[in-house]
Amino acid sequence: MLILECPYCGVTAEETEFHGGGEAHLTRHGPDSSEQDFEDYLFQRENPKGVHFERWRHVNGCGKWLHAARCTLTLEVFGTYNAQTFEPPKHIKDAITAKRPGWTWRTFS
Amino acid sequence: MSNAVSALEGAEFNGFAEVREIGLQGMITLRGDLGSKAMAGAVKSATGLKLPELRRIEQAEGQAVAWMSPDELLVMVPYEDVQKTLVALDKALKGTHYMAVDVSDARAVFQVTGPAAGDVIAKLAPIDMGALATGEIRRSRLAQIPAAFWLVGDDTVSGTVQVVCFRSVAQYGFDLLKTAAENGTEVGFLA
Ligand SMILES: [Zn+2]
Repeated sequence: MLILECPYCGVTAEETEFHGGGEAHLTRHGPDSSEQDFEDYLFQRENPKGVHFERWRHVNGCGKWLHAARCTLTLEVFGTYNAQTFEPPKHIKDAITAKRPGWTWRTFS
Repeated sequence: MSNAVSALEGAEFNGFAEVREIGLQGMITLRGDLGSKAMAGAVKSATGLKLPELRRIEQAEGQAVAWMSPDELLVMVPYEDVQKTLVALDKALKGTHYMAVDVSDARAVFQVTGPAAGDVIAKLAPIDMGALATGEIRRSRLAQIPAAFWLVGDDTVSGTVQVVCFRSVAQYGFDLLKTAAENGTEVGFLA
């Protein structure tokens, strides 16, 4: 069971109050992009054993979308942060580094 | 003119706590910039209440304003005062980016009363009811449906808990509360 803190309403709740929204920080490619970019955007996802970034929605709560950084192996949550960002803020990256030195995920480290 | 009725027309159940649908309740969804002066002024002029802080609910006789999300409030007034309140809000917010909509008939409202009222909710929601403070509104779920609840007035979890859910699931919500309040199923945790 995951315990997530919503960065918008400040509630700390277990995962059934939220709904998972898949991988975070995808770069969207539209109809004008190359076939390779479009395919990657639609189908290629990370499937890490360890540090992962996801989107979640506080569906049975304030209704807002948020981001979560967590470990798929231990279910440890490194932190949650707002959805209006293209990459994890520094304090989230620092929190991950403190627990998983040398971590990388797509282009982030 | 049709005769407005609430979802369950005041259904009641008496178990180890009392469950009651409170009947018609005026409710307005108000969205916009909660940090703006115009919004605080609009809430004040329409209800006499101040704009609630994060996850708080301001309550007075017959009126309440609840914080629902960073850009949404729920304004509660007597059912017959909704149009008047909408006019006041529209006037105060004219020219700003906002939305004020009557949702009274889209919701159902219950009260759970008694020393073990908190236990009834705690059976159904994945939250720590013991940590619910007076004046706080908690949006969560009751079994499979979204719901919001708060303590009425200065009550504690051993007083009256007010619950609001969507009207389309009113019967489900009432049946949940009723089953959780059934005599012989007392928990005695928060009571
Ligand atoms: Zn939230």
